[in-house]
Amino acid sequence: MLLIKNGRVLDPATKTDAARDILLDGDRIKEIAPAGQLAQFADTQVFDASGLIVAPGFIDMHVHLREPGQENSETIESGTLAAARGGFTVVCCMPNTKPVNDNASITRFIVDRARAHGHVHVWPIGAASIGSKGENIADIAAMREAGIVAVSDDGKPIATAKLARQVMDYCRSLDLPVIEHAEDVSLAAGAVMREGISSTRLGLPGMPAAAESVCVARDVQVAELTDGRLHIAHLSAQGSLDQVRFAKQQGLHVTCEVTPHHFTLIDEDVTYDSRFKMNPPLGAREDREALLQGLADGTIDAIATDHAPHEPALKDVEFDKAPFGILGFETAIALSLEQLVHTGKLSLMRMVELFTTGPARVLGKERKLAAGAAADLTIFSLDRPWTYNVKDSASKSRNSPFDGRSFRGGPAATLVSGKLVHSLS
Amino acid sequence: MTHVFRDLLALEPLSADEITFFLDQSKPFQEIQRHPLKKLATLRGKTIALAFFENSTRTRLSFATAASRLGADTMNLQAEASSLKKGETLLDTANNLNAMKPDCFVMRHSSSGAADFVARHLEIPVVNAGDGTHEHPSQGLLDALTIRDRKGSLDNLNITILGDIAHSRVARSNIHLLGKFGCRFTLCGPAMWVPRELEKIAPGTSIRCVYQVEEGLRDADVIIVLRVQTERLLEPSLSHNDYILLYQLNAARMKLAKPDALILHPGPINRGTEITPEVADGSQSAVLEQVTNGVAVRMAILYLLTTGTTEGSHPALGEKT
Repeated sequence: MLLIKNGRVLDPATKTDAARDILLDGDRIKEIAPAGQLAQFADTQVFDASGLIVAPGFIDMHVHLREPGQENSETIESGTLAAARGGFTVVCCMPNTKPVNDNASITRFIVDRARAHGHVHVWPIGAASIGSKGENIADIAAMREAGIVAVSDDGKPIATAKLARQVMDYCRSLDLPVIEHAEDVSLAAGAVMREGISSTRLGLPGMPAAAESVCVARDVQVAELTDGRLHIAHLSAQGSLDQVRFAKQQGLHVTCEVTPHHFTLIDEDVTYDSRFKMNPPLGAREDREALLQGLADGTIDAIATDHAPHEPALKDVEFDKAPFGILGFETAIALSLEQLVHTGKLSLMRMVELFTTGPARVLGKERKLAAGAAADLTIFSLDRPWTYNVKDSASKSRNSPFDGRSFRGGPAATLVSGKLVHSLS
Repeated sequence: MTHVFRDLLALEPLSADEITFFLDQSKPFQEIQRHPLKKLATLRGKTIALAFFENSTRTRLSFATAASRLGADTMNLQAEASSLKKGETLLDTANNLNAMKPDCFVMRHSSSGAADFVARHLEIPVVNAGDGTHEHPSQGLLDALTIRDRKGSLDNLNITILGDIAHSRVARSNIHLLGKFGCRFTLCGPAMWVPRELEKIAPGTSIRCVYQVEEGLRDADVIIVLRVQTERLLEPSLSHNDYILLYQLNAARMKLAKPDALILHPGPINRGTEITPEVADGSQSAVLEQVTNGVAVRMAILYLLTTGTTEGSHPALGEKT
């Protein structure tokens, strides 16, 4: 048994924000009680969480673990270790591996590898179409049997409105959300950053914000047509957010996530350094303001990192030739504290919600601290000063624009199924 | 006034003082171009790498001539013959050339920021001879030298740039350089080639985007005509005939500019497309002076960067002239 004592327990599901001790027994929570009231047996191990926040295990619902197929950039083992260090207890890996996770054998491979080598829970996301090619629907029901929690053709959008309709219809019958990488590929063709003054100044081909919002508009209307569950991934533009807000007001089952980099950086921060290259690209100043507003007012359901490792050999090239994507796990909590909580824009409870009950609800899961619930806990500090050095990252890749950034607060310990998979102390 | 330049990657970060220094340093090299014996010994023993990852004739020849007239040797890499075709990365190619120990790395590349990227990895000075649609600093300097010679000063001129501004590295270098001397810009061309964002790329500089050629040319002191770069466009976005109809610089339209307006063109010219032959060859055109000045400016660039010289003196020039 493991006793987590002296922590400030924050749980959005039960609206708890109080000094509580939590006793874990195996992979379950046994008991939660006001500080100092739990009996301590001789064989009880103790984790002293004094000065720390103890929250339900954080979920990162949008990540790339690169296995199978691109193990030079990341593996399930290295990626989940980086996730554990970042305070995540669950990661949902996108299907754009090589081969694409579009059938039950690939899903089972991922689930088995994660069970054998993973440091945190891995909930795979299956491809919506075979090979994510946008033609025929993948073996979604079989993949669901094997463990997928959602479908997506991430890396690209579901190719046509017709296919989006079919997938949303089918997934409604399977009770799975459809996660959309919203991008009008004709508007985005050739672009390497957001179109605007910065792209014009740098002479880099830009995609307009409409490249995203045009596709969101299509999908919201298809969601209305089908009554399906639509989740917009890594939303980056004000216009897209407005449509999600409108859809929610109409009572549609539309949700969305944003990444820490999109609520932290803007297109003006882009230099000819490929660590600033990701898709969707960093937005305009007004987009970031809109995202901060959406995080505060509840329009945004989840923070997800879009952790996208690429080995140095792939990223250390001309900006326009580099692949899209940056690391995300290890800086997510610190960036959220820095941008959202320390600035007073969000309460700490709301921030925790965006990492726990928020993504859980999108995926049709439950996340709460209660006797009998999974012993997955994220423990973090609000004020510990530290500096992110990407060379020490658990990831196999180094593509972070936040290398060398100093933070106040960040992950302190991560417990998965009752086991301490990461601890600073 | 002394200045130290490690690299020459862009004109945007340079001050008006630094630009004036470059232009003043080019003056003695302009003299050399008129001399019957043009070869100096200033950079004897130095090697200049000319790495042209994108095809170029004029700029490559201009840098090669500049190096040769300074007495330097050159190493040449050209796109067609390069190992890039065999899958080598830009960084590997640059490191390999660098291992042959040149003293300066002059490079052209089709990717914006490529020179910036290479400069972060090489110890030796890097000269950007054109990167994608970003900047072409030596062209900006030679244009400024030509304008200063003809107009007497760079201060407060009305500059019109005509054509595909969005895809032009020459236009960006011109704006960043001349803007520091109070020049006002009118950018003129079809809307998809003249995005409004251009008005804000150089804070402090007056830049206006217009779509009517009559409005664009009015009161111009200098007209910079850009080549219609069909090869650099992602897709054809305007018909050739429409372009001629709306934007070609011809004698009738020249009357809208100031009577002594100067015409520049970075070359190569598509005669009969962006400009009529009579205007291109007329007395207001400075197109060939630009080419001659290009050698002088590039001699100054190579001299200043390879010798690390910060004073305005040229010992070797004294020997020669």
